[in-house]
Amino acid sequence: MSEPSREPDVRLELYSQPRLLAGARALISNIAQRIGFNEILCGQISLAIDEALCNIINHGYERRTDGRIWVSIWALGNDPPGLRIVIEDDARQVDPDSIQSRDLDDVRPGGLGVYLIQEIMDQVQYERRPHKGMRLTMVKHLPEDVQDLPRSPMPAMKTNPEMRSR
Amino acid sequence: MNDADQVEVIMEIVDSTTILKPKGEIDLSRAPSLRTQINAAQKTKPAKLIIDLGHVPYMDSSGVATLVEAMQIARRSGTRIILCAMQERVQSIFEIARLDMVFTIVGSSEEALTV
Repeated sequence: MSEPSREPDVRLELYSQPRLLAGARALISNIAQRIGFNEILCGQISLAIDEALCNIINHGYERRTDGRIWVSIWALGNDPPGLRIVIEDDARQVDPDSIQSRDLDDVRPGGLGVYLIQEIMDQVQYERRPHKGMRLTMVKHLPEDVQDLPRSPMPAMKTNPEMRSR
Repeated sequence: MNDADQVEVIMEIVDSTTILKPKGEIDLSRAPSLRTQINAAQKTKPAKLIIDLGHVPYMDSSGVATLVEAMQIARRSGTRIILCAMQERVQSIFEIARLDMVFTIVGSSEEALTV
């Protein structure tokens, strides 16, 4: 998965606290809407980000609420348009190959997060960060059938709108 | 759990059927509250438990896990569980997770009373 050559359009920093998920979802959904994703896809993209953040909170930080999570968002150009989202943490590292979705025939509570992320996003890559923590890179392209519709321009957002809870 | 993490759930009882109407988004922070209230309703072992999701605009896998657990408890206790009035975004997660084939899902609570 190629690296973008520019700084993210939006960078969000938040604590590993479940009550902050709603704000992160709203941000992602609004950006996806401005790029041209329809309501269902906006909901699915924010769900994928929600699931990724839940996994970091539950498994990475093991429900600690003082962990840091960074979400970087790039609005991709026209080849094709879409979103690139990178989520990084300082939590415990795991073997990326061990992050697998579970068998859906085994109907039981929990364990759906990785499956949902993989189903919703076009590209998904887990990797260890150089010193500690993990990095999850996800890309979602605008489906061709909605690319011809007019889209709102994406304003240049170079600030870091952090969600700080303390 | 603070107040913002509490899910408001309206409960109605019609004969041997219990209807639960949760309100608001169900995510990692709020799923435990929903789970507690569904479990409490299940302790009375109703013949049918209808969960009306008409006022739930968003649900993540934590909420879905809560409903899957409720379904498993219902099977053990002989309760029939029916989901109804799902909004499009919530229905989407059930379809992606292929749980729309596992749960009985109908359009409205009135319809749920008759199936």
